[in-house]
Amino acid sequence: MAKKLALIASKGSLDWAYPPFILASTAAALDYEVQIFFTFYGLTLLKKDLGDLKVSPLGNPAMPMPIPMPNFVQMLPGIESVATMIMKQKIADKGVASIEELRNACIEAGVKLIACQMTVDLFDFKKSDFITDIEFGGAATFFEFAGESNVNLFI
Amino acid sequence: MQFDKELDAKNLNCPLPILRCKKGLSEIASGQTLKIMATDPGSVKDFEAFCKQTGHVMTRRDEDDGVYTFYIKKRAE
Repeated sequence: MAKKLALIASKGSLDWAYPPFILASTAAALDYEVQIFFTFYGLTLLKKDLGDLKVSPLGNPAMPMPIPMPNFVQMLPGIESVATMIMKQKIADKGVASIEELRNACIEAGVKLIACQMTVDLFDFKKSDFITDIEFGGAATFFEFAGESNVNLFI
Repeated sequence: MQFDKELDAKNLNCPLPILRCKKGLSEIASGQTLKIMATDPGSVKDFEAFCKQTGHVMTRRDEDDGVYTFYIKKRAE
């Protein structure tokens, strides 16, 4: 019987978008059956348009920066956009997959993507904001699969 | 070394070489061999782990000037 991986994706920034999609697509390639439950800010990763994903150096002292930048500079308008641009350039230069590419790999491999219905209501998201290859569910839906999974991760 | 399909995964980073490999294997028959090239140094351990977990067999691995070439024989269904 196939092994199972259950993930919770709770973050919606460009950097944190990677772990769930990398792990899910790789596990699927290793013949795992995979489900990802997207909740709170993680729901952003199911939107049709992933172009809005950003990365912020603010509050993230471990983020490598081209020049040292104190917090009061990082909060200036435009810094987040510049940091995002630099990150996207690095991603392309190093042959790292785009989030869209990894998400498509997951969908093609049959990874089940579940959107947290409560968060959809909470943030007034519209179902039409999201890609169509997803299901909507709640915590009990997650546990139905997670309870019999070999690996469970909260990201 | 004989092979039935060849894939270029050079200049791609984790996990793309493995994903390409998986896709390539789905396009050949059991017992046939996929040749796949990668430049990601992490791919050496990753391809070993991939084969160990999936039952596909790495019949040969070459390294030439930073390019790793893996020959992977598809498992029986």
